[in-house]
Amino acid sequence: MLITKSLATFGRYCMYLGRVFSLPDRWSVFGKRTLQEVSKLGIDSIPLVIIISLFIGAVCTIQMQLNVTSPLMPAYSVGLATRDIVLLEFSNSILCLILAGKVGSNIASEIGTMRVTEQIDALEIMGVNSANYLTLPKIVAFVLFMPVLVVLCMCMAFIGGWLVATVTDLIPVSRYFYGLQTMFIEWYVWYSLIKSLVFAFIIATVSSYFGYYVKGGALQVGRASTNAVVCSSIFILLFDVILTKLLLQ
Amino acid sequence: MIEVKDLTKSFDGRTVLHGVNATFETGKTNLIIGQSGSGKTVLMKSLVGLIRPEEGQILFDGRNLLTMKDEEIKNLRKEIGMLFQGSALFDSETVLGNVMFPLMMFTRTSRAEMRDRAMFCLERVNLKGAERKYPSEISGGMQKRVAIARAIALNPKYLFCDEPNSGLDPKTSILIDELLSDITHEYNITTVINTHDMNSVLGIGENIIFINKGHREWVGDMTQIYNTSNQALNDFVFATRLFQEVREYVAEHGTIEQREKHNK
Repeated sequence: MLITKSLATFGRYCMYLGRVFSLPDRWSVFGKRTLQEVSKLGIDSIPLVIIISLFIGAVCTIQMQLNVTSPLMPAYSVGLATRDIVLLEFSNSILCLILAGKVGSNIASEIGTMRVTEQIDALEIMGVNSANYLTLPKIVAFVLFMPVLVVLCMCMAFIGGWLVATVTDLIPVSRYFYGLQTMFIEWYVWYSLIKSLVFAFIIATVSSYFGYYVKGGALQVGRASTNAVVCSSIFILLFDVILTKLLLQ
Repeated sequence: MIEVKDLTKSFDGRTVLHGVNATFETGKTNLIIGQSGSGKTVLMKSLVGLIRPEEGQILFDGRNLLTMKDEEIKNLRKEIGMLFQGSALFDSETVLGNVMFPLMMFTRTSRAEMRDRAMFCLERVNLKGAERKYPSEISGGMQKRVAIARAIALNPKYLFCDEPNSGLDPKTSILIDELLSDITHEYNITTVINTHDMNSVLGIGENIIFINKGHREWVGDMTQIYNTSNQALNDFVFATRLFQEVREYVAEHGTIEQREKHNK
């Protein structure tokens, strides 16, 4: 029963994506809406990304210093470990899990409210492909802006670690910076960017799908918003495993 | 003109429309009336293509909606305007943005021309001066009028209105009814109104279709409704004491139109 239901949902999701990925009715309108979505989904997320990255970067540095107590471990290993944690997991998977909460619920509730207030029906009756009109700008905007958020996240996390090194005497600043640069593997940055693009696509499409097929009223919109976040998070974690295996093996 | 032939629709084995036949005439206000759960909303949604019936035909000036290809349906929809029960205005757009929306999507005119057309439509519904406001900043009656302006922006041949008076005070309801009636006659539109409002039925019902338990039970106009022998229709229209008294008065003195005709 659960398998049948899951397959039916997946099938409907694929059909929905088929409607989303068609040519826009008006390119000028599509361009304008995409810029609006960049502002709403991307630029508005910058403060959250800055705050979270600063604190997580700081916490990572403190944790590394406190737990790496062996005299055989060089002092720069704190910077090195912080860097790899940020590049490999935090700047993509953890960041996207957090953004699934903010952006995912935003998308699902916005589209869901449009559904229950008949705004989507109004678009359909006008002859507008509502799935394409509402969702494609969100997907394009969020996927395009995600690398900016990822790079910002990396920088702010390193700054968080630097602040800890500067304010406290846990680790010398020079050792921290030496650790950040030692044995740097450029591929890790690309790996993080590739993963984040996939996760951005998951967040935008899964959330809009849940919003688009809402039936009922405000209660169902709230439920769809929760389901969108939960489902996006599960898919992010699933694809994290798959992509890590594929890209780092 | 829109013709509905033998329309049947079921949900989970329960038949909601039983072979309904109806004709919605051009240049007239066509009203679909009936009790809650009678099937009139399903009929309306079938007419605009939001629900697909199992059997029957829906002919828009001879073109059958149910056998059209996607591209033909898309073209037909450009000829349709719809006023929703909750207005369905786009929250993120201003009043002007809402009215300009169909023009931006489906016309190739300049922005200035679109703006002129939208302003003309807003003036037509007496909303000049409200163009910069957002839907949340205006009253329910004004929202309905914006929705009417948006619906007529592309000069539609067919106008569908789902409960246009719901949630409005009696005075505003009459204004909306008069506006819909005027627009119908002025632009020679086939207007289909789904309503519960008895003031609308007795005020602008030029072609009334009464749906009861999924069957079309009665067709007539607002003058014929006073003399109907259909018990279900009588119970529905003249349910309140006020309307019963109106019926008794009309039986004795005739309708306003009949009295004016007699005086002439």
